[in-house]
Amino acid sequence: MFTPTMSRRAALTVAFGLAALLIEPARAQDTFKIGLIVPMTGGQASTGKQIDNAIKLYMQQKGDTVAGKKIEVILKDDGAVPDNTKRIAQELIVNDKVNVIAGFGITPAALAAAPLATQAKVPEIVMAAGTSIITERSPYIVRTSFTLAQSSTIIGDWAAKNGIKKVATLTSDYAPGNDALRFFKENFTAGGGTIVEEVKVPLQNPDFAPFLQRMKDSKPDAMFVFVPAGQGGNFMKQYAERGLDKSGIKVIGPGDVMDDDLLNNMGDAALGAVTAHLYSAAHPSQMNKDFVAAYKKAFNNRPGFMAVGGYDGIHLIYEALKKTGGKTDGDSLVAAMKGMKWESPRGPISIDPETRDIVQNIYIRKVEKVNGELYNVEFATFEAVKDSGKTKK
Amino acid sequence: MTTVFTILFDGVAYGMLLFVLACGLAVTLGLMNFVNLAHGAFAMAGGYVCAVLVNNQGWPFFAALPLAFFVSAAIGASLERILYRHLYTRSHLDQVLFSVGLVFMSVAMVDYIMGSSRIFIMVPSALEGQFDLFGVGIGRYRLMIVVICGLLTIALQLILSRTRFGSRLRAAVDDPRAAIGLGINVPQVFAFTFAFGCGLAGLGGALSAEILGLDPYFPLKFMIYFLIVVTVGGSSSITGPFLASLLLGIGDVAGKYYVPKMGPFVIYTIMIAILIWRPNGLFGRGAAR
Repeated sequence: MFTPTMSRRAALTVAFGLAALLIEPARAQDTFKIGLIVPMTGGQASTGKQIDNAIKLYMQQKGDTVAGKKIEVILKDDGAVPDNTKRIAQELIVNDKVNVIAGFGITPAALAAAPLATQAKVPEIVMAAGTSIITERSPYIVRTSFTLAQSSTIIGDWAAKNGIKKVATLTSDYAPGNDALRFFKENFTAGGGTIVEEVKVPLQNPDFAPFLQRMKDSKPDAMFVFVPAGQGGNFMKQYAERGLDKSGIKVIGPGDVMDDDLLNNMGDAALGAVTAHLYSAAHPSQMNKDFVAAYKKAFNNRPGFMAVGGYDGIHLIYEALKKTGGKTDGDSLVAAMKGMKWESPRGPISIDPETRDIVQNIYIRKVEKVNGELYNVEFATFEAVKDSGKTKK
Repeated sequence: MTTVFTILFDGVAYGMLLFVLACGLAVTLGLMNFVNLAHGAFAMAGGYVCAVLVNNQGWPFFAALPLAFFVSAAIGASLERILYRHLYTRSHLDQVLFSVGLVFMSVAMVDYIMGSSRIFIMVPSALEGQFDLFGVGIGRYRLMIVVICGLLTIALQLILSRTRFGSRLRAAVDDPRAAIGLGINVPQVFAFTFAFGCGLAGLGGALSAEILGLDPYFPLKFMIYFLIVVTVGGSSSITGPFLASLLLGIGDVAGKYYVPKMGPFVIYTIMIAILIWRPNGLFGRGAAR
């Protein structure tokens, strides 16, 4: 089953390679190249599309010239397969001589490119993947998305303080899911809560029915859910089908399951779900209202947190280039990015100068109906949350 | 205690769904001896037809279901005439390569037209939720699946064993040359059967969207399940794949419920155990086809 996939990818690679040869290399002096590696096909494709859209939108708004350099984005699809990511990153760095690599839909993809970033001294801007360890893998990695530790610790604290005593957990069985579970558990049990049931769901899972039945039978006050962006819709459908909403078991979790991208199609079962996350399309700032309006106008869709990660990622690159006055070597760029602060559609954010990871507000939100559409409405804010999941202290 | 029955019911519903999705493959593989890995693509086509009709055109769900069947059957029939029939006499490897190629084309095409995100079909609210039957939680949608698929299975069995078409089909499969000699239009019988199998897959795709989700990668994701059903069931009758589907459905659901840590492996363990015990499947007709 995998061999044919690979051979198709191989064929695509050859095609891409040939195309790259045919295109006249632009004059390296006054162009600044960004190699954008995101999944545009496969189960994670919505991540790649949101990031790509956001970057296009940003460049449309801010122009494509910074500090005398023309910005050129080379978009490549890795299908969220780490082997592809690595190969594509290598081609981009060696053949296309890109100044920055960016994107990275999933954690393994971001990790696969890390050694290349270190060797070639090319900044790697992580715009999506959310495991804590990523920024530790290379001094050239800077992240503009989030870490699961940020939202999971906050929701753990919040649940313990807000009358939720017993929680059953359902998480996807891969690195980010395990991160989410670990940080939630630590904070929730420290606050006096108990975990009554713990289920890990395979990543490629067609049917949640048996797992949900287990949740229901353990009779918790709430269930903590992490499934990757894209599976949330399926999950909520079956949650409602099994009548968990009627048995009073609330959904809590990091905000991935309530991604704005899918939220409105989930139906009323999602109402009342409480999640902690970095971004909601309903964030009340003027900047966000403009951002959402522009994004909707351009792509006929609501931006989700992945789009914001991309939007801030390209902003970071623009600003770093301005700050270095056009110097394009990796060390100057990363140095310029460290400690940078700005106002994003999600609220005030900054880059932690020590870990190169993002510091941002985490909002507690509840799904409500606004003008007939479902939105995550923010009702509590935890300011300037750092990633607590670093192994090196 | 009642949970056992809920799990059993969920397993039966899942198994029935697998059966409707895969029985077309049992027909092409077992009766026509053609390895059609693109089977899932027809299921996907049915699912998307139903989704577009219901979500965008405002058709009622139950009116869209038969159309999912007919559109998939029509696509199947035309592809059979244009492409498939040239490969009936080729080796299995050629057939595999050809049909895998079709799968990738279908994936790319649907991705291009419909987008890559997962879509759902808006089902009538009467089908949502669960009701209690003697304390056993029964999902309405799953109950509908059990009813539809149960009726289909009976109908299929009757068509195969009782009708003139059924006996022609069995004759054409057992000995095509003798069948032609007796005046049976074998290519036509095969074409019709192929289209019918595709139609069933389309119906299955439409029914499964609510439970399994529908995205352009559907044919790749579920190819393995279809193949398990056919290999475990043996591909020489309807009964084999039917029982295999039920066994796998119940095994999968119960495994995930009772031993969640082992959940995803249960279905494969069952398959390996059965294939060691009976290499040609539960109802295989012996080696050397």
